[in-house]
Amino acid sequence: MISVQEHDFNQQIEYERLKSQTSIGAIVTFTGLVRDIKQGQSVSDLSLEHYPGMTEKCLKDIVEQAKQRWNIIASTVIHRVGHLTVSDQIVFVGVASQHRGDAFAACEFIMDYLKTEAPFWKKETMENGETQWVDARETDQKALSKWAVN
Amino acid sequence: MIKVLFFAKLSEQLGCRELQVNAELVQDTEQLFAYLNEQNNQWPAILKAQTWLKAVNQNMTADNVKLNDGDEVAYFPPVTGG
Repeated sequence: MISVQEHDFNQQIEYERLKSQTSIGAIVTFTGLVRDIKQGQSVSDLSLEHYPGMTEKCLKDIVEQAKQRWNIIASTVIHRVGHLTVSDQIVFVGVASQHRGDAFAACEFIMDYLKTEAPFWKKETMENGETQWVDARETDQKALSKWAVN
Repeated sequence: MIKVLFFAKLSEQLGCRELQVNAELVQDTEQLFAYLNEQNNQWPAILKAQTWLKAVNQNMTADNVKLNDGDEVAYFPPVTGG
């Protein structure tokens, strides 16, 4: 399941949805939240823009790539857009598999690719009222290298 | 027509989110980029200020892609989701 949505999600409901088959022996979930501090400055809230259509397509491609590499029985990717405040949930990735190794690896792989390929952009509002677009991080690009096939 | 979209910081700086370009005026994305530079005297400085990413029909590409009527080309900054 892939969803790009403004409204919040409920981890328990998503977990139960992933647990739909008796062959599942492991479920790994990741939840990303809005942090309050960015390079020493206090963040008060965040707005998330995306490219409707391409975003969903891109997330689908990432999940397909993960399915080719690991044995995945079910997966969920939810990404919120619009206005968010500190401690709000932004992103959810859940992977269900027979064994934990596949679920751990696929969950991290999906997050690493999502952060560098899916067309989302964050704009932060600081406590002093200033707004700024978040810059892409080199560490996110580096995280991808561990998934290189050769 | 070719549908051109701008997102995030780039759309804010250009003051434009979307425009339509006559498909007869541009053969490929290189020509489209040159055309965009001529649309407003402030745009060249913005368009060359940093590396912007490009997607043709919602596929990211760094290549010069041949364009046809009905294609969609988007320009945007490096992504920052998650």
